[in-house]
Amino acid sequence: MPEITYVEAVRDALRDEMRRDDRVIVMGEDVGVKGGVFGATQGLFQEFGGERVIDSPLAEAAIVGVAIGCALAGLRPVAEIQFLDFIPPAMDQLISEAAKIRYRSNNDWSCPMVVRAPCGGGVHVHGALYHSQMLEALFAHVPGLKVVLPSNPYDAKGLLLAALRDPDPVCFFEHKGLYRSMRQEVPEEEYLVPIGQGKIVRPGRDITCFTYGATVHEVLTAAENLSRDEIEVEVVDLRTVRPLDRGLIVESATRTGKVLVAQEANLAVGVGAEVAAIVAEECFQSLDGPVMRIGGPEIPAIPFAESLAEVYCLGPAKIETKLRELAAY
Amino acid sequence: MALTESAPVGVAGLTRERLRSMYQDMLLGRLLDQRVLVLNRQGRAPFAISGQGHEGAQVGVGYALRRDYDWIIPYYRDITLVLVMGMTPRDQLMAALARAGDPNSGARQMPAHYSSREHNIVTGGSPVATQILHAVGVAQAFKYRGEDKVVVASVGEGGTSEGDWHEGLNWAAIHQLPVIFLVENNAFAISVPQALQMAVEHVSDRAAGYGMPGQSVDGGDVLAVYRAASEAVARARGGGGPTLLEANCVRLQSHSSDDDQRRYRSAEDLDEMLRHDPLERFRVDLESSSILADGEADQMRQECQKVIDAAQAEADQAPAPDPASALDYVYGEA
Repeated sequence: MPEITYVEAVRDALRDEMRRDDRVIVMGEDVGVKGGVFGATQGLFQEFGGERVIDSPLAEAAIVGVAIGCALAGLRPVAEIQFLDFIPPAMDQLISEAAKIRYRSNNDWSCPMVVRAPCGGGVHVHGALYHSQMLEALFAHVPGLKVVLPSNPYDAKGLLLAALRDPDPVCFFEHKGLYRSMRQEVPEEEYLVPIGQGKIVRPGRDITCFTYGATVHEVLTAAENLSRDEIEVEVVDLRTVRPLDRGLIVESATRTGKVLVAQEANLAVGVGAEVAAIVAEECFQSLDGPVMRIGGPEIPAIPFAESLAEVYCLGPAKIETKLRELAAY
Repeated sequence: MALTESAPVGVAGLTRERLRSMYQDMLLGRLLDQRVLVLNRQGRAPFAISGQGHEGAQVGVGYALRRDYDWIIPYYRDITLVLVMGMTPRDQLMAALARAGDPNSGARQMPAHYSSREHNIVTGGSPVATQILHAVGVAQAFKYRGEDKVVVASVGEGGTSEGDWHEGLNWAAIHQLPVIFLVENNAFAISVPQALQMAVEHVSDRAAGYGMPGQSVDGGDVLAVYRAASEAVARARGGGGPTLLEANCVRLQSHSSDDDQRRYRSAEDLDEMLRHDPLERFRVDLESSSILADGEADQMRQECQKVIDAAQAEADQAPAPDPASALDYVYGEA
């Protein structure tokens, strides 16, 4: 089995599905000849041509809105937004249109489409305020959308294939810090990772840490450190933040009795708050400590300078401190 | 209008029967629209938004399309256009009275959010001009599949101030897509006049900026609209790309049942509009060229009223949506 990067897994899923299904087309800024600013569509223009791999004008609402029209007319469009930070002009199309098309037409119309966007940052990503945000909570709030954030190449390929075959609009947010930072064995053949299913990526008995995206790897590092002190942290990669895997959340929280939710996004009113609420409502009798969260501080996004970025970003050390606090409770 | 020049064989390539049918559709749209307003004033229809004064533009465009083949993405004043494309007074009265049988949305949306997959009428929301981009995408799909279908997206002149409008026209022109942007310009966006919406005299002046043909036409003259729309449709179908078609209409009623245009339009202005009523103009022309006999228009009116009465009776009896269904169809079956 070949070892490939996250961005290669994304490209492979797109390529394989375009070979299988001629309804799949791709549109976005620089997705054509260049193959995307991160290379996620590399080779697609050359293989499938400009009718299926469309270099769009610099207009995010149009990228999503035109993709919606393609979906209404029976295609399976993939809209790439170059950075998630630039998606706000397309929010009307996503929230008012894509998310509501099935419901508002009483199931007469539907909008099967995937909106891909690189997201996230880090101390060494240097994306600053407008090339590093995690905006998944804005979309996770909206019934009608599905929101997926894979943390590794295997899940990226399997979840993207699932998204491409989903009957509804899927927001597929790829952490740019993961694109080339890790390799993983990924089957060349087709497989699907179901949307809406989390995964226990490290079993543990003492604390459950729910997380997703690039933060999964920081939590795993912190968990290894705690393991040396015989504190065993179970790490759950949510993988999908809408719909959340309620069953897994309740099962794991009930078993360990202590819960931390770790997210890169700004903490307030985020995905972690929803997970914490589920745990508080469903697992109250099993809890041995307060449900805790850790995430971005109350500043707009990650600042440019490393000294400032460090204030925003989590990293294994901050997560470890929080986990120890919870373990001692 | 010079109907008599080519009568009795017809005008604009239209047979006498087709001309009569066009008048009948305009009349049906007008009377249905009036009925919905009456139901609103009786407290039976919670909301109404009128297309009165736009019938000429809508029938002119609708008759230039192939029904159940071409697509439309309408906006909230297109009551007559959707009738031309195959929807019925029953469909719209079900929506007006919020009945489960409303085919537009199952009474999930406000009335006048027209939709019918069966008739290639694409569902729309309430944000203005978002549908422009959907039409571009639909046209992109037609082109990709090598189909010779055409899509019309309609919008008011106010909607042309939106960013989605600009992005859509730009994209459609770049890819020479088979889409017609129909602007039903009635000179007011609720209370805001055109002069505060744009600095150009005609919406169609903007077409040059996108690299596509633009035309303004008297929306009160159904045959002028039909000719202009037919030309645009032929161009689109033949691979010649998009057209910006502006039909100048009158808004005979207020913006919606929650508005009163007497508060911001002069009495003279409102009186003047009546002279441009497309329905009356067409009737006079058809009668003066003997395509409609004396008294025939009244007979047609009575027939339309009967259709509307029957549709209303059916809608009156129809059940409201089952509360349990409110949770259905957020997502499809994966």
